[in-house]
Amino acid sequence: MIKQQVSGTVYGVILNDAASLQKIGSLEEAPYKGAPKAPALYIKPAGTRVACGATVHLPGEAKSVEVAATVGLVLGRAAARLTPENALDAVAGLVLAADLSLPHASYYRPAIREKCFDGSLPLTSVKPLVDIAGLTLSTEIDGKVVDTRTLNDLLRSPAQLLADVSEWMTLNAGDVLLVGVRYQAPQAAAGSAVRLSAEGLGSLQFSIGAQA
Amino acid sequence: MKHGRISYNGAVHLVSEDSGRVRLADGRLLNEGEFQWLPPVEVGTVFALGLNYADHAKELAFKAPEVPLVFLKGPNTITGHQAMTRRPADATYMHYECELAVVIGKTGKNVAKADAMGIVAGYTVANDYAIRDYLENYYRPNLRVKNRDACTPLGPWLVDAADVPNPMALKLTTRINGKTTQQGTTADMIFDIPTLIEYLSSFMTLNPGDVILTGTPEGLADVKPGDVIETEVENVCCLVNTIVDDQTWFATV
Repeated sequence: MIKQQVSGTVYGVILNDAASLQKIGSLEEAPYKGAPKAPALYIKPAGTRVACGATVHLPGEAKSVEVAATVGLVLGRAAARLTPENALDAVAGLVLAADLSLPHASYYRPAIREKCFDGSLPLTSVKPLVDIAGLTLSTEIDGKVVDTRTLNDLLRSPAQLLADVSEWMTLNAGDVLLVGVRYQAPQAAAGSAVRLSAEGLGSLQFSIGAQA
Repeated sequence: MKHGRISYNGAVHLVSEDSGRVRLADGRLLNEGEFQWLPPVEVGTVFALGLNYADHAKELAFKAPEVPLVFLKGPNTITGHQAMTRRPADATYMHYECELAVVIGKTGKNVAKADAMGIVAGYTVANDYAIRDYLENYYRPNLRVKNRDACTPLGPWLVDAADVPNPMALKLTTRINGKTTQQGTTADMIFDIPTLIEYLSSFMTLNPGDVILTGTPEGLADVKPGDVIETEVENVCCLVNTIVDDQTWFATV
């Protein structure tokens, strides 16, 4: 039975596109001491998920937030030890997501405060699965397009990413795997209105609350 | 009071401890071996602390952190008391980490340190295994090290906070096949429980069922297939886990 609802854990991956790898620069020196071998993952806990139309309040003294447009693969069934050949069979659909992060230049330590604050993952309802290599994600802040990204430069395709991640962890129905975020994505200031869109996935609007 | 969750006779039961046995809600008493242990809570968000004991930070050649080093775990990695944990064939160094686990009982946002203990439901024990071969310097400790299936045993009991008046002064002990290899005390935590709750709730809402694994003291050791690992926190409980190899893990029953 295939389930089509985001109800589980949301995982994401960093440094999964050529542009981000180029932007972060050499990874050979400390603290990284080499490019990542396995997918470098993070978790967006349940409290980060909000629907279209939400107002997201930034924690503490934060005045702006990185808005990383991405796409999430929604698991339709429990899946472990997938192969690139069969991995997409486990995917029930896609969500368009805005992975919000307080700016952090270093990927060395887990960025929990930066990436896990309440409301830091606006996402759409589940849409039918399409080939994401053909998608262009557009990010508008206050009506102005600040970024467009295509998903044709992923280092690990959705199928490869699912296979590599499920080698060591079981993904369950309702879990989501975000396919990657730009290193140092565009920033939105407190008080701004954000809109993401992608052909076939619709759009996602939310606003960044002014300081409480 | 001590609360547990078990699988028995085709159903999940919430149970309590009664003179070393397990009591079902209807009063039936069960002995070990007649049921399967589940983690004592259905976990929500699971937080874990890295380098939260000064001696352990030193053991790993790290300076103690200035803000809590927190990472998250998915539900796939949580397993119960008396479970098996897999050591992959290519691992050369896999170690346990005996930790006091704090279970949240009330919703809390922006909880002040002075009020923090008021949202704690109780305590249990976690064994936060790590396989160091897979360490990489991206969001370290990375999920391949810390979020493997069944690599974080939890339980067996959730002990009411009221029954643990001194959570910041509890002995932690790990034994491999009966031999003590790790000893410490929660008194040596760098960031104590109220500080962790204040910090986490300053940016995210804590909810009932969320769990904070508070870190481990020094005394790491490699574990091999067949080893029985006991991680115990004084006045809380003793959690038992067995390490198995790939062949055992993937064997068709």
